[in-house]
Amino acid sequence: MAGATIEIENLTKDYPYGFLHLKKKRSLEGLTMQVEDGEVFGFLGPNGAGKSTTIKLLVGLIFPDAGTASILGKPITDIEMHRDIGYLPEQPYFYDYLTAAEVLDYFARFHDLTAADRSERVKRMLKKVGLETAGKIQLRKYSKGMLQRVGLAQAILHDPKVVILDEPMSGLDPIGRREVRDIILELKREGRTVLFSTHILSDAEMLCDRVGVIVGGKLRGVGAPGEIVGMKTQGMEILFELPASTATSTASANAAGILAKAAKTGDRYRLQVTEEELYAALEQLRSAGAKILSVTQVKATLEEYFMHLIEADRAQAAAVEVSGK
Amino acid sequence: MKRAGAVALNTFREAVRDRVLYNLVFFALLMMAAAIFVGQISIGIEELVIKSLGLSAISVIGLLIAVFIGVGLVYKEMDKRTLYALLAKPVRRWEFLLGKFGGLVLTLAVNTVAMAAGLLAALVYVKQHLERTDTVLFVAIYFILLKLMLVVALALLFSCFSTPLLAILYTSAFYVAGLFVEEMRTFQFATPNPAASWLLRGLSYLLPNFENFNVMAAAAHGREIPGALILQNTAYAALYCIIVLLIAAAVFSRRNLK
Repeated sequence: MAGATIEIENLTKDYPYGFLHLKKKRSLEGLTMQVEDGEVFGFLGPNGAGKSTTIKLLVGLIFPDAGTASILGKPITDIEMHRDIGYLPEQPYFYDYLTAAEVLDYFARFHDLTAADRSERVKRMLKKVGLETAGKIQLRKYSKGMLQRVGLAQAILHDPKVVILDEPMSGLDPIGRREVRDIILELKREGRTVLFSTHILSDAEMLCDRVGVIVGGKLRGVGAPGEIVGMKTQGMEILFELPASTATSTASANAAGILAKAAKTGDRYRLQVTEEELYAALEQLRSAGAKILSVTQVKATLEEYFMHLIEADRAQAAAVEVSGK
Repeated sequence: MKRAGAVALNTFREAVRDRVLYNLVFFALLMMAAAIFVGQISIGIEELVIKSLGLSAISVIGLLIAVFIGVGLVYKEMDKRTLYALLAKPVRRWEFLLGKFGGLVLTLAVNTVAMAAGLLAALVYVKQHLERTDTVLFVAIYFILLKLMLVVALALLFSCFSTPLLAILYTSAFYVAGLFVEEMRTFQFATPNPAASWLLRGLSYLLPNFENFNVMAAAAHGREIPGALILQNTAYAALYCIIVLLIAAAVFSRRNLK
């Protein structure tokens, strides 16, 4: 980590609405954060949280009402900054009268590449995103997942130092999501900085060095996925089997209290206990004839953290509404 | 400029692959066939009828393409979000606009040349030869192209901030009003109301004077068109297009793409 590649300082965006656009809705409020060089940064938040607004501000599609941002030391208003960034829009849509190869060649023309270089890169990118056999088909015949791949290809076609992806896994099947994850990891291995927004938390946990959680236009936390939710163990989970024949025996009657707390699925039980209770519980289960399958630590997931923030935000909004009345 | 050129070529390619454009060319060819038919039943004035009909068809079809494709040039890219990936590349917004303008003008030029070839073919079919006075047709066609450039610039401007339907209304209103610029200049002296006179005077300078480009009657009769008018119309169209495109660039440069 050599330094901040993306620096955002107090970025604020209001969207006008209503007749004559006289009213304003704040979509992003004083966002300040950094994305370090070479890291994969996940931007998390529910729909309408301000993720896409932030990304659109960074790539110059919309303009801030306050605040500044820079990428690789260049302000986002500087056209030169665009040479070093690759951007995948949310639910990308391209000229449907062009083939994938033509679209990529078109976008490559904006990067001052020679015709031979363009042709070589287009072929390489189509192969990378698994579209080498569909490169000559017009995009109107492409599925959503295939369009997403074209979007990824155009974003990394010119070897950008910074790759910004808006919901890259959106609309993809599990295989497609896996392929996108692999591409992101490959970009990281190549030393590129990746910022991507998502609401698929497992992807963020799997890929990101750090995540930023945004809710209601405000940044609510930044850190490593484990760090942000707290590393403290919330308890231990025991997975065990107890055949129906032994479940009714005298031995298992001694473990009746503990069994009542367990969740049953078929012959299998899932029991959550504190760290202090663990060994006693294991002993009781062993004497009841249970077969212990696994014991794992229970930690708060990013999803729980995320839901906690959203609920807190809703509660605050409701409180403001009540006090307003 | 290279980047504007890339946008222009893509715009041209879109138009070429658009079936509506082919239908309009087919319609043009149909008009030419009709001209030949009408020419055959118009005793003594076949040439006049063919030239008038042909030039009118070139003008009307060109206007339809300029307005209906022009109003969607920017709006369609915003609506379908094809613009998002493009503007994240090192391309300035004014380069994008210039490219869209250039692409449609190129489309219209190719279309107009194709229709002009059809008109000349019809003339050769009727007269068996071409005369020196027929070269005036090229001037008339050139003026039509200049007029279409102005219409594209206006349609592009309206496309930057309104829906296609409204942009069609605005562009059409400007076009129709622009046909009466000479009348406005005359009426400003006739009206006793100083405010109305001032308004008419202002509008006559603000609106594009499309009547300047109408030399179809002269061309149909084989009358020569002065070189000064060619220069004046070229300069006028270039200046007006630059001003309108600068306004469009100013509007579009601060436009938020939601």
